[in-house]
Amino acid sequence: MSGGKMLRHIQFWILAVLGTVLLTGCGSEYLVLNPKGPVAETQYNLIIISTILVAVIIVPVLALTAFIVYRYRDTPGNKASYKPEWAHSTTLEVIWWIIPIIIVALLGYFTVRDIYVLKENPNKEVAPMTIQVTALDWKWMFTYPEQNIATVNHLEIPAGVPIRFQVSADAPMNSFWVPELGGQIYAMAGMATELYLQADEPGTFAGFSSNFSGEGFAKMQFDVVAKPKDEFDNWVKEVKGTTPAMTKADYEELRKPGVTDKVTYSAFPEGMFEEIVAKYGHGHDMDYVMEKPPAPAGDKSSNETSKNTQQQTESHNMPGMNHSSMNH
Amino acid sequence: MWENIKDFASTFFVTGDPLIYGADVSIVLSMVAIVFVLTKYKKWGWLWREWLTTVDHKRIGIMYLIASLLMLFRGGVDALLMRLQLAFPNVEFLNSDHYNAIFTTHGTIMILFMAMPMMFALFNMVVPLQLGARDVAYPFLNALSFWLFMLGAMLFNISFVIGGSPDAGWLSYPPLSQNEFSPGPGQNFYIWGIQISGIGSLATGINFIVTILKMRAPGMKLYKMPLFSWSVLSSCIMIIFAFPILTVTLALLFLDRFAGAHFFTMDGGGNPMMYLNLIWMWGHPEVYIVVVPAFGIFSEIVATFARKTIFGYKSMVWAMMVIAIASFFTWAHHFFTMGTSASVIAFFAISTMIIGIPTGVKVFNWLFTMYRGRISFQQPMLWTIAFIPCFVIGGATGVMLAVAPADYQYHNSYFLVAHFHQVLIGGVVFGYLAGIYYWWPKLFGFKLDEKLGKWGFWFWNIGFYVCFMPQYALGFMGMTRRYYTYGWDRGWADMNLVSTVGAFMMGIGFIFQVWQIAYSIKHGERDTTGDPWNGRTLEWSIPSPAPFYNFAVVPEVKEADDWWATKQAKANGTYKEQPAKLEPIHMPKNSGIPFIMANFWFLVGFGFTFGWVWMAVIGFIGVFACMWARSFQYDTDYYVPVEEVRRTEASLGRVV
Repeated sequence: MSGGKMLRHIQFWILAVLGTVLLTGCGSEYLVLNPKGPVAETQYNLIIISTILVAVIIVPVLALTAFIVYRYRDTPGNKASYKPEWAHSTTLEVIWWIIPIIIVALLGYFTVRDIYVLKENPNKEVAPMTIQVTALDWKWMFTYPEQNIATVNHLEIPAGVPIRFQVSADAPMNSFWVPELGGQIYAMAGMATELYLQADEPGTFAGFSSNFSGEGFAKMQFDVVAKPKDEFDNWVKEVKGTTPAMTKADYEELRKPGVTDKVTYSAFPEGMFEEIVAKYGHGHDMDYVMEKPPAPAGDKSSNETSKNTQQQTESHNMPGMNHSSMNH
Repeated sequence: MWENIKDFASTFFVTGDPLIYGADVSIVLSMVAIVFVLTKYKKWGWLWREWLTTVDHKRIGIMYLIASLLMLFRGGVDALLMRLQLAFPNVEFLNSDHYNAIFTTHGTIMILFMAMPMMFALFNMVVPLQLGARDVAYPFLNALSFWLFMLGAMLFNISFVIGGSPDAGWLSYPPLSQNEFSPGPGQNFYIWGIQISGIGSLATGINFIVTILKMRAPGMKLYKMPLFSWSVLSSCIMIIFAFPILTVTLALLFLDRFAGAHFFTMDGGGNPMMYLNLIWMWGHPEVYIVVVPAFGIFSEIVATFARKTIFGYKSMVWAMMVIAIASFFTWAHHFFTMGTSASVIAFFAISTMIIGIPTGVKVFNWLFTMYRGRISFQQPMLWTIAFIPCFVIGGATGVMLAVAPADYQYHNSYFLVAHFHQVLIGGVVFGYLAGIYYWWPKLFGFKLDEKLGKWGFWFWNIGFYVCFMPQYALGFMGMTRRYYTYGWDRGWADMNLVSTVGAFMMGIGFIFQVWQIAYSIKHGERDTTGDPWNGRTLEWSIPSPAPFYNFAVVPEVKEADDWWATKQAKANGTYKEQPAKLEPIHMPKNSGIPFIMANFWFLVGFGFTFGWVWMAVIGFIGVFACMWARSFQYDTDYYVPVEEVRRTEASLGRVV
């Protein structure tokens, strides 16, 4: 093969990569690259930073590869130098041990910083609202402890309010993912993992099941609808007024393997999520659930977030609702 | 009675899918054909004497190679079926269960029954020759390793027509892989298929460590050892630490399923997360186990085809050793999204990035081996040059995945799928193919045809990018791996179609390669010199194909690239001919025990798979009987007389 052919091949590679990168820069279907909340925003920034940092290495390496392969090809009359015994240079080797070390140090700094950032509430100004997520075979159940309502396969949230998701499973492991709002967390039986997400503006966002859990796994996709606070409150009232309450029997039915449509319930059995976690839980993991109480709605933070809290206080007083065991 | 039989048959055999019936027919036909040919040409004795009982590392290598190419075919067909299903939205070509089984077997086969044996093929074909040894340290164990792999692979593969395939993913995470969610024999096939072949892999690891440490030709200090052998050492060190973890993990999962234990169950105090940790403590080193030998192959090929000494030899060695150790400290990056504490995530994010450093160093060293060299683009070198950009990009996306908070967005998406295929195909497959093209003449005495090979090369390479670049984009679009179908509304259709086209291009590339092998058997350029590429290391100093005892006279090694140095000295006229003194050669005798014992292991696995304890017991008795028989076998070796060595060498055109 001639060197020219080789060069064209390399050109093709570079174009293919650039093409992909450019394509990903636009289009709303690129969910991860269109962050709609602070968590996804942080992750998006990291994706950009890390892409640039690795590009700093790989672009020169690719160019160097093309150059070397072309320059030192074995053709008659190639005037480039040929030094078959030249096999060591301490300076050069030190350089290329050090360059990646610097890149990794930089990347490591940003990574560790954001690992800690993302463990916290992304919006310190607003008290978070808690939603409990349970992965079932093969549907998602969302319970709202503060409003005492429940939904299946769709999720409604107030925009501009950080949501503290507690995620568990009463089925094989799954993963709860809403790319436009932020990265995922596993849903595992016997424990509750925690994930903060917030939608800055109203909108509808695609949610995915992202850890394989069997036959109906691909059907476990759901929509997250973010609404202005007052519309969300109206929706809760509507749900309270128009839909049936979930009974234990309803839940047992829901638990059975199968695919379901969207369902809404005006209430759910008290402490159901905690029971689901405790069913498989080991003492150790329950501690983890209990460890970090959410900023208790209507308690300590009530003064700071008046409008937001009012609704929560209301819902806190709803009959049949008592999640204080969770908080203390 | 008849009803009972019918009942049994309908659960024992996989039924209901025309694809499966087609496979049944083709399996039966090919078995009949094999039996017919062997009988007609009276080849049964030949098969037994020359292959089934052989302990010759070169023949074992060839058997590994054939098996791995068959598995590449099987895993590749799985891949194409998946890509057909995903080519358009809402396709109903495969249903969910069938698709789940196919991606499970695709992953398991490609890693454990394709990459591993292809790697062992190269170990066996090359290492003793590079070291100037006559065989591996434990030839009997080597044969046993092969047959355990082979029967394990067969056990796994028959699941597709008998009993039903596993369908809980290639790492079979509980709770999904527990009885409650995966009843039936599928998961048992998985456990026993891997368990049996895994014992073989562990034994191979031990075998090659001892071979490398104890059987190098006199004068070959470790720092004069060829880099491929170094990479094998690095890989085998990882094997002996990683594979026991796999064995124990699968044994515990088996106890859960078979004996109702609660190691990884959801209830009863089991902890499925422990399984994830354990399986990745094996699984992460496993990917380095397969890729490091590819690094070794590239090092040999770059030096040979740039006609220049490898740049930074000691850096290369240390990079591989650092990788071997660091690979054991990154496993948790496979589940950053498990919700562990920030400090744990930070540790594993950084350790994962660190492993990129030695890998990057190796790339620079390859580049600077070519720098000021003279590069000729023959097949092994083509694959090596194709490897560099592919692996560099794949490595870069790997570093991006190590950025844990960003990984919350990439995890389990097609971005991840594209990444690991890029490093596994671009690194491992390209590397092994390069190695096979490179060492093929040494094993078979002829080169593989260049023209057909180039067709295969371009189809593979262009196909690769067409297939996997769109998958990075799909990851950003939110497409999750293992969805068996998707709707029009997501905007995933275009990229998926492009990806499918790319997959089929790779399939065409593979067909060209099969054609290439078939064509070259008759028409390939014969290698009469034993040194078709102007090589640098000892294996090129002996005739092709290598005689069964490898070296008539064990070489005395003085330099790192000893054969190259010898050729230079001969050209300069400074070479001093050593008076060759032939001595009787000590060789191991063939044995049927490895083959028989592996078959008993198969019975054990098959019995446990269906819960037929009586069959497993018979299998175990057979296994112990084989061990017993071997323990009292004293007549295990012999000497090749000088006359026979002289005759053999003369027939290969060498005067000793």
